[in-house]
Amino acid sequence: MSLIENLNKIFDSRIRLGIMSALMVNKDVNFNELKELLDITDGNLASHLKTLEESEFVKVQKGFIGRKSNTTYSITKAGEKAFKTHLTALEKMIGTVK
Amino acid sequence: MYFKVLFMGEQQQPLEDLQHIKKMMERSSRFISLSGLSGIAAGICALVGAWFANGVIVDNGGPSGYRELVSKTLEVTSLQDFMGHRLFQIAIYTFIGAFISAFLFTWLRSRKNDVPLWGYTSRRLLINVSVPMIAGGIYLFKQMQFGNYGLIAPGCLIFYGLALVNASKYTLGEVRYLGYCQILLGIVNCWFVGYGLYFWAVGFGLLHIIYGSVMWYKYEWNKTREA
Repeated sequence: MSLIENLNKIFDSRIRLGIMSALMVNKDVNFNELKELLDITDGNLASHLKTLEESEFVKVQKGFIGRKSNTTYSITKAGEKAFKTHLTALEKMIGTVK
Repeated sequence: MYFKVLFMGEQQQPLEDLQHIKKMMERSSRFISLSGLSGIAAGICALVGAWFANGVIVDNGGPSGYRELVSKTLEVTSLQDFMGHRLFQIAIYTFIGAFISAFLFTWLRSRKNDVPLWGYTSRRLLINVSVPMIAGGIYLFKQMQFGNYGLIAPGCLIFYGLALVNASKYTLGEVRYLGYCQILLGIVNCWFVGYGLYFWAVGFGLLHIIYGSVMWYKYEWNKTREA
């Protein structure tokens, strides 16, 4: 029972899982880099980022490179903690299922 | 309850989730817009350059005859003479041509993917390529001043190979094997001093073309067809 409780509902989506993975190993990643990484549309990515932002796992920095807007994302302390808990839960599940 | 765990486990596929996480972590920390076509283009430039250089050498009586001629006519210490030298000019044009064409295809690919070419991953890649290349370049430059021309070609291959092995952590991992091949070729070349041009043609030409074709087929061919 506790195994499933530790799995975070927010990370059910592969896309959100991918975003979090990228942010775990990179200080910050911009919108287009995430888009290429996950191979999804702007709208799709934006909505998933919104979900992560609302649960305060991800923070947004808006900036400019020349005249082009550049929005970068980075992971929050809470996000890091939630992701690690989720990872551990996944690992434990594999152990149990085996 | 145990059944439920199994059921949920199958539904959420924890193993696949973990593999997905690993893949995303890896891909996001590497520069993956490096196009296979860049390798092919650079390789072709190298072969064209080698062909011209070979023409110059053959016209002057082959590798050994040519070296004799150079040692008679060229003041080793005078850098200006060297800069004005025909072979050196060919080398420079070849390098510029290879660089521009390699840059072009990677630029096109990164534009297609809508990813800035000058991003975090590409900057890190560039720094890690540059360290062995610059150190090697300075070392070989000194070798040249001392007149050890025979060791320049193998040296270039070895240092370039080292740069690629170092770079492989920050871009497509397969670059590592190209690096190993270049190093090996450079080492073998140390025992065949005087035939540097042929080793260059194989290393910078042939190996680049083979590598580029494999990469293009593996990562870009299918994508182009799907699109």
